[in-house]
Amino acid sequence: MKLTKTLMASTALTVAAVSAHAEDMANSMTLVSWGGAYQKSQVNAYTNPYQEMNEGLEVVWDESSAEAVAKLRAMDEAGNVTWDVVDVVAADALRLCDEGLAMEIDPDEHLAPAPDGTSAEDDFGDLLVGDCFIPQIVYSTTFGYRTDMVPEGAEAPSDICSVFDTETYPGKRSLEKRPINNMEWALLCDGVAKDEVYDVLATEEGQQQALDKLDTIKDDVIWWSAGADTPQLLADGEVFMGSTYNGRLFSVIEEQDQPVAMMWDAQVFDLDGWIIPANLPEDRLARALDFIYFATDTQRLADQAKWISYGPARASSAPLVGQHAELGIDMAPHMPTDPENAKNTFLYNYEFWADYRDDIDAKFQAWLAQ
Amino acid sequence: MTITVIEPKPVPFVAAVVAAAGAFCGLFVGTAQGNSLLGVFAGAAITAALAVVFLTVFRQEKAARWITTLGTAAIGFAFGGAMGGLIGLAFGWFFGWFIFWLGEGRYRSKLPPYTTSLQVFYHFLFRVICGMIFFFLITPIVVVMPLSFNAEDFFTFTPEMLRLDPEGYSLKHYRDFFTNDDWQQAMWNSISIAPIATLLSVSFGTLAAIGLSSEHVPFRRPIMAILISPMIVPLIISAAGMYFFYSRLGLQGTFWGVVLAHAALGIPFVIITVTATLVGFDRSLTRAAANMGADPVTTFFRVQMPLILPGVISGGLFAFITSFDEVVVVLFVGSAGQKTLPWQMFTGLREQISPTILAVATILVAISICLLTTVELLRRRSERLRGMSPG
Repeated sequence: MKLTKTLMASTALTVAAVSAHAEDMANSMTLVSWGGAYQKSQVNAYTNPYQEMNEGLEVVWDESSAEAVAKLRAMDEAGNVTWDVVDVVAADALRLCDEGLAMEIDPDEHLAPAPDGTSAEDDFGDLLVGDCFIPQIVYSTTFGYRTDMVPEGAEAPSDICSVFDTETYPGKRSLEKRPINNMEWALLCDGVAKDEVYDVLATEEGQQQALDKLDTIKDDVIWWSAGADTPQLLADGEVFMGSTYNGRLFSVIEEQDQPVAMMWDAQVFDLDGWIIPANLPEDRLARALDFIYFATDTQRLADQAKWISYGPARASSAPLVGQHAELGIDMAPHMPTDPENAKNTFLYNYEFWADYRDDIDAKFQAWLAQ
Repeated sequence: MTITVIEPKPVPFVAAVVAAAGAFCGLFVGTAQGNSLLGVFAGAAITAALAVVFLTVFRQEKAARWITTLGTAAIGFAFGGAMGGLIGLAFGWFFGWFIFWLGEGRYRSKLPPYTTSLQVFYHFLFRVICGMIFFFLITPIVVVMPLSFNAEDFFTFTPEMLRLDPEGYSLKHYRDFFTNDDWQQAMWNSISIAPIATLLSVSFGTLAAIGLSSEHVPFRRPIMAILISPMIVPLIISAAGMYFFYSRLGLQGTFWGVVLAHAALGIPFVIITVTATLVGFDRSLTRAAANMGADPVTTFFRVQMPLILPGVISGGLFAFITSFDEVVVVLFVGSAGQKTLPWQMFTGLREQISPTILAVATILVAISICLLTTVELLRRRSERLRGMSPG
């Protein structure tokens, strides 16, 4: 043990002694992401060009973003962090940052400025939540519905409240097995004004009101926990409508040609991006920072939108969004941020849910078990 | 072989039994059409009516069976296309046969003449229960096979598939498995980890079993209990423990870490099977060998090993399967570079429900069947050569 420590310390010293040139960067890098089409878009937009620039660099992908917080904690505890760059949702990034498991980022030092010279801090703007989070995409949780299951005589659903209207739109719905988003939608459809939703939800009665509203459709709900569930249920025709990430729905509609359409009303925006684990060895940290600088520049973020319908996090990337790389369709109208789609939106309320999550989670789970 | 003279049975009895079977089948058809109760009654009524007609008015077995088979096939086809036709065909064939098998009393022909009605009933009830257990065990495995040839990227029997339209089927998920780097990497990891882990478990497990079976070893039972513990302790606990232990040693996230972890999981299986074979091993043979000048190592390989080999091999098979199937420990001890097939299937199922998983499952099932058949054939052959079985 002692020997290992001495060895490690001397290695660290040697590494620290020389400045971080390309040859001092680790030639292998472990990226953590979500798998599926999303990871494919990152491979195409980020790591493939990056590997072309850096010959001999090995990139290992680990599809563990779903349990990134728990795994990073365990790695930290065991003193053996094997990840270099981790893709997480903003809420997880905030938690990791608070616990000191993620490295703090200085946007203007670690991130590229926009091509017109705007600093990274201004280019990302409000999306830079927390001190460790490097935003990558804006995605939304929204609804898709089977076009061939819309009852005759009824209009296609275009209002969030049609989720709760089982009379006009009979059939099962799939909702995520957690209170976030569901509680907001329930209140919104129970007559609460949009800008009062969180005030109401902060009270005991408000939480009960939301659960009561959800109770009216409880028998018609299939609860999902993985993003792939709702697309499968929609393709099966097992549900009439269901919530999931908009990129998944895009894939179902445009790539898989299923009779499904989007209902963008009251979609909830959320952010996804990178963090770098705290206390990486010098050479791996240099590699991770170099990769981040490259992968979050204006062009790269815009490139990702060629492969998946998530909005780039930089303001300067938006005009560069082009066509889908394989289908050749314009991607702009499929972005959650497109003005046509974003008429009525929510932004995930990080502060509210950080304060109330445990409490409301417990109530929600108890209600589910009833 | 007929051992009982058969005689036609009373029509009401036959009609009642056939109606019960019809109700059971009707339940499935009815549920598929959205009305279980109607299905039960219609199934019972139709089959009972057929039984009465065939056994009283129209007692021409061949013709009657053809008529039922083709008739139900046509009805099935009219309602449900090709698939409905096939199901109808099977139903019609079965009920045509069933009515005459019961009506002519043929079901008694292979039972001794002195069996009572109750015994006959139990005899067939037993078979039905066995059949249902078999069905229960095998259906989940069989149902994924056609789905793996799905032309779409979902776990769905599409209308094209149900119509048996070739358009609805494709080999693209198999192509994906053989061309996708992630899957190929996972397969090679599994193929290289499992044999080494097996080799280690077999060596250590056999040695431990031999040592523990000699009487002069102190604390045999506690040692045995500790060695067997990976099999008894919940896997997740072993996994978490190994994770922290291996991290300290620098083994976490390495190839050898996963191999060692899997070897530890496999050792109990080898110990148990080898200990069981050693019970029947005659110790005087080793003493005889020593008496003739053989050193312990020679004795082990020339005398003891050949005799306990069946136990070693079956223990090795279990150890191999443990490593090949294992997902919990590898998730902890491995890192993304050691992703095995079960791990890849697990993440694939969670993040992207893609039928490639079903294609892999089908391939694995096919390989297991081949392996088991080979082992069984080899076993029979060696038994025959040793003259242990007459076949």
